[in-house]
Amino acid sequence: MVWIQGSGMAEAHPVGFRWVMKAKERGAKIIHVDPHYSRTSALADLYAPIRAGSDIAFLGGLIHHIIETDAYFKDYVVNYTNAATIVNEEFKDTEDLEGYFSGYDPETGTYDRSSWMYEGGEVASAAGQREHSTQAFSDRTGAGMMMGNVESDETLQHPRCVFQLLKKHYARYTPEMVEQVCGIPRETFLEIADTLIANSGRERTGMLVYAVGWTQHSTGVQMIRGGAIVQLLLGNVGRPGGGVMAMRGHASIQGSSDIPTLYELLPGYLPMPRAREGEVTLQDYVDRGGSARGWWANFDKYIVSLCKAWFGDNATPENDFGFPWLPKISGNHSHFTTMMRAMDGGLDGLFVMGQNPAVGSQHSGLQRRALGHLKWLVVRDLADLETARFWKDSQEVKGGEIRTEDIQTEVFLMPAAGHVEKEGHFTNTQRLLQWRDKALDPPGDARSELHFMHHLAKRVLAHYAGSTDDKDWPLRNLHWDYSEHGQHAEPNAEDVLREINGYEVATGRHLSGFTELEADGTTACGCWIYSGCFADGVNQTRRRNPGNLDDPEGGWVSPEWAWAWPANRRILYNRASADPDGKPWSERKKYVWWDEEEGKWTGYDVPDFPAPKRPDYKAADDAVGMDAISGDDPFMMMADGRAWLYSPSGLLDGPMPTHYEPFESPVDNLLYPKVPANPAALVWDRNDNPLNPPRDPRYPVVASTFRLTEHHTAGPMSRNLPWLAELQPEMFAEIDPMLAAKRGIEDGGWMCIVTERAEIEARAKVTHRVRPLEIAGRTVHQISLPWHWGSHTTSEQGVTGDTTNDLIALSGDPNVSIEDKAFSCNVRAGRRHNSSTARLAHAVDNELKLSGDHGAEEPEKAGQRGDSQHPPELEDE
Amino acid sequence: MSARSPLGEIAVRKPGAQRMGFFTDTTVCIGCKACEVACKQWNDLPADGSEFRKGGSYDHTGTLSAATWRHVRFVEALAPSPALQREAEAALARGIGGNVPNIPAAGGMPSVEALGGAGGGVAEHEMVDLVGIAETEAQPQMDRWLFMSDVCKHCTNAGCLDACPTGALVRTEFETVILQPDVCNGCGYCIPSCPFGVIDRDPYDGRAAKCTLCYDRLEDGLEPACAKACPTDSIQFGPYDELVETAKGRVVALHEKGIETAYLYGAGDAPEQQIAGNLGAFFLLTEPPERFGLPAQADSPIQENAPVATATGLAAAALAVAGTVASMLIAHRRARR
Amino acid sequence: MGESHRPKGFKRLRGLPVVGRAADWGMGPHAVSKNTKTAGSRIAGLKATESVCPYCAVGCGQIVYTRDGELVDIEGNPNSPINQGTLCPKGSASRQLIQQPGRLTKVKYRRPGGTEWEELDLETAMDMIAERVIRAREDHWQTHDEHGWKVDRTMGFAHLGGATLDNEENYLIKKFFSAMGAVQIENQARI
Repeated sequence: MVWIQGSGMAEAHPVGFRWVMKAKERGAKIIHVDPHYSRTSALADLYAPIRAGSDIAFLGGLIHHIIETDAYFKDYVVNYTNAATIVNEEFKDTEDLEGYFSGYDPETGTYDRSSWMYEGGEVASAAGQREHSTQAFSDRTGAGMMMGNVESDETLQHPRCVFQLLKKHYARYTPEMVEQVCGIPRETFLEIADTLIANSGRERTGMLVYAVGWTQHSTGVQMIRGGAIVQLLLGNVGRPGGGVMAMRGHASIQGSSDIPTLYELLPGYLPMPRAREGEVTLQDYVDRGGSARGWWANFDKYIVSLCKAWFGDNATPENDFGFPWLPKISGNHSHFTTMMRAMDGGLDGLFVMGQNPAVGSQHSGLQRRALGHLKWLVVRDLADLETARFWKDSQEVKGGEIRTEDIQTEVFLMPAAGHVEKEGHFTNTQRLLQWRDKALDPPGDARSELHFMHHLAKRVLAHYAGSTDDKDWPLRNLHWDYSEHGQHAEPNAEDVLREINGYEVATGRHLSGFTELEADGTTACGCWIYSGCFADGVNQTRRRNPGNLDDPEGGWVSPEWAWAWPANRRILYNRASADPDGKPWSERKKYVWWDEEEGKWTGYDVPDFPAPKRPDYKAADDAVGMDAISGDDPFMMMADGRAWLYSPSGLLDGPMPTHYEPFESPVDNLLYPKVPANPAALVWDRNDNPLNPPRDPRYPVVASTFRLTEHHTAGPMSRNLPWLAELQPEMFAEIDPMLAAKRGIEDGGWMCIVTERAEIEARAKVTHRVRPLEIAGRTVHQISLPWHWGSHTTSEQGVTGDTTNDLIALSGDPNVSIEDKAFSCNVRAGRRHNSSTARLAHAVDNELKLSGDHGAEEPEKAGQRGDSQHPPELEDE
Repeated sequence: MSARSPLGEIAVRKPGAQRMGFFTDTTVCIGCKACEVACKQWNDLPADGSEFRKGGSYDHTGTLSAATWRHVRFVEALAPSPALQREAEAALARGIGGNVPNIPAAGGMPSVEALGGAGGGVAEHEMVDLVGIAETEAQPQMDRWLFMSDVCKHCTNAGCLDACPTGALVRTEFETVILQPDVCNGCGYCIPSCPFGVIDRDPYDGRAAKCTLCYDRLEDGLEPACAKACPTDSIQFGPYDELVETAKGRVVALHEKGIETAYLYGAGDAPEQQIAGNLGAFFLLTEPPERFGLPAQADSPIQENAPVATATGLAAAALAVAGTVASMLIAHRRARR
Repeated sequence: MGESHRPKGFKRLRGLPVVGRAADWGMGPHAVSKNTKTAGSRIAGLKATESVCPYCAVGCGQIVYTRDGELVDIEGNPNSPINQGTLCPKGSASRQLIQQPGRLTKVKYRRPGGTEWEELDLETAMDMIAERVIRAREDHWQTHDEHGWKVDRTMGFAHLGGATLDNEENYLIKKFFSAMGAVQIENQARI
């Protein structure tokens, strides 16, 4: 069974869907739950349309149904999850507090999470103050929890055990409630729930596939948590054919998180150092980030080895390996916050490499305006694109709201090398590191980003070579030693990969894996989770032996094709594929098991467990490090070795997923009427970021976005290509025939979509694939918008169109600052008369006139925008 | 290395060669259009132009053409609905729908596309009034969204080949039908002779063009570009006889799964029901062929009426002379410029 | 191929004297053209390089065919257990991504207030960018934040990377910009 929700897999990952189709041919059921009937829905055995943003109600319904019908996989749940663990008496559920968990502070919009802890457990450090997505690392991983006195009840009867809390939390998420909130008829819901149950257990597994259809919500992280809880209750994690599959959207977006260019992370998911009172010392960082129990006890080895990779011989025990000179974060420095700093004149320069925020970032009209407040902008790409030429022919410039001559931003548009014109590796959605050989030279002055960074670094390092200023210590002492080749002095990508893999400092020997890392400065490693990718001095990411896929004994694992982090493991937590005694749950689903004769774990994959640790090993109460993980605790990255149905720490907005409406929703929160939206979510409360007031009759239509197979993200990689452009030539909106009839919109004709931020035009695709939903007794219409178009193309046969992201406000999930793409809008027939973001100009120009009371505008003000901007009068929907 | 085929056609013969073909299984097609692009990439075909088409679902290339040799059709099939049924019948009575001969009786699922005429891009006045239907009917439900990758059928009885007066169209040693651009004079007789509307003239040089079943790749033992790219193996390529066996097995398997409407189009028929003497590129369908713009019956015109065809052939031959002379004159004039 | 059982009118016709020959006029073995006789794939014997598709994160293997450094063809890699030679429309179009109309080969520069692009020499552009990033670092250096906590950073410049960059490239970006003290280092991974 393949359950796809929050993903249009056939549409966005067609070749990944090859394997879903193969599974279907072999009898697997395919389920698709999505607001938008896409090519994925067309191939599914079961499709259920859902109101955008209501997924947690659906997931809660599944959890409720699985528990109510006693359908959970008991041996798995009791032994491998924290179902039996007893929670602090202080904890209060949303059922007790009408939509809030205990610890909510309405002043700051944040939770004090101390009451969510296990009974007898403690968080080593309280990270109380609100710092978007920068909660202490220990919080995220569960590291640092004192586990010794945690109590549990394996009968699952204790009223405060996790299982009972879960049961109580979801008691009202009944099939009837799912129908009311999501618009999914209860029969359809039950059919899906029973299909999931029937295809899980010892003999069967089912997988969950999601993508940004889940992440991009003000409750995005909680949606994925909800999916994970269902999969854990059904015993579908760590087993072949199971899992929670994140379908990542870009060639190396997984790699960009592993070796992050993300503000709060260092390579290998180590946290960026955070500012706090006093000095931030290495010891202090390790104490906060490390853990007495579980794998994170090795934390110090990873950060010290990273410092050795960065500062080489200049990193010594005496200077804490250079750690004290690393920059410290404080608060949220994410993309949106940074662009708002630019908007307010606080940012001089911006590098944009292979990105197109003028189209691809939410509230793109504001993004384009913010670019005009920079002193300089460096854009690197294959061809000219909206972000580089925002000053020339953006909507705002063409609309006369901004004059080109007034924009003082200096822009460098640098020609970049394409994927076949350089060597290096991508990390795909299943954590496979795959090397690309170089096939040809880039044209003219086009260069790789590797070349750009290397030669920029050489110039800057030369400038600081003679500096004596303490702040320049990291630049003076940076280990920057990459060989160059060819007429353009291209740095050697394999040299960089060797540094990422790690080496023994004294000999330069390549490390075989992260278990060789030390905290005393004898090893260097640029990204600990990638250690082993250059084992034995061989580029393991360049391995190209697929093996025999037809071999029934795990041939399909292809362990010698490329290299997976960590340690070439293909399925994480795969110890859970065996029962507590170490035997496969079933012959049919065997994967990794305990070999009593050899005295070790073995199987088709690299076991995700210490190989010699016996299944019957019991950790002593005072054990530390990996000794604290028992032989039947598969989830060894967690301090308690268990998968969490309930998150005592790690999430800022609640220990269990809870249904809240999107910020912009046309309906009330039926489950918690007093708390419409996620109370801990992020809102950038600015005049130039107005929200559609919730339940405002001017915005009765629910909108969500989707991807088309024929295009890629913000378009520069597809809209300029005639072969792709002709396949989907114009921006369109999918709309149901009823709504179309009400608004006088004709199939193929023009229509406009309106929010407080913008009004964009699109061709109408009137189709029965879009279905109005019955939500709590009223009809709610949804529209679906692809988001690939922008104002520029480099090709005569390329295509342009209005930008969907112009419509969407800045708001976000509190845990990771990702945007919310379920929003409200209105639609009308016809074309727009002004630029798409003319309404925004109004908000910006009247920055002082409008109060912070976003969105609640008087009719006169709306009228000033001109009739064309004014949403049509509405009948009762 | 050329000779007559058993049919007396011009044919390339090579020892050991056998009939090769395409089996396109619409039940696993995901409508991604990889075949369209892979074909253009390999054959260096230009885009047809970026035109938004109404009523064609996600189809914006519309039809097979001189520059589109693989084309994916999209059919949005609605669940049975009395109002829609009435509308469909009315549409038929008005003669809308091109070669759509019949709408399935109650229980069938008339498709938006079939109602609006085969192929995308139908004129606006011919469009079925979806909005009107929506207003009269509570909520007609989307039932299935069907995808089908269309291509030259490489017919056993190839109308194009039979009509071609210059020998530009020949049968290869793989028993596929290819058009030799260096022989074609652009007379266009092949175009109406194809019962499937596959062949089209290149608007720039006037010559006809169509799928070659990647003759150049086959010569080097490579799989055709579309079949190779197809992510779900909806397009399969192989020795014809083996493909037919595979396809028959697939139909049986689908019937066992309860998909009883599955059948083969263009292969495995009894002699009197064969379409163009069987198709080198045949299809597995679950809906009447007209849903996908395919005729229920088809053959080479020459098979239908040999004497007329002969006369046509003779006339064509005469015109071919004229055409060749004309093209030589044009070329001569160009060279002088 | 099996014999067709239909009456083969044309075939019979051709069997007739005179008329048959007339029907054959302009046809015959010589009509198989030279190009057809010598047909072969244009990638035979070319240099084949193994690569990975740059679009989504499925990670399909590609084979890149080049002739004397010129890109001729990109196809799926049949050996890859991920895609087994297949590609989606975007992957199939990736040759056109490289050879796209409007591909940049020179640095374009827009001066403050300028209305048109100008061209810049690559080395000059690199020098100018280095000068600007150093100045931004210095102008916005913070030793302490507003709470008086030690931060050792610059808020003068930021980075936004796309997820089609290689891990090696991201590593150098993170390493070097962190050494410069920049913290506003972001990626598509959040967007």
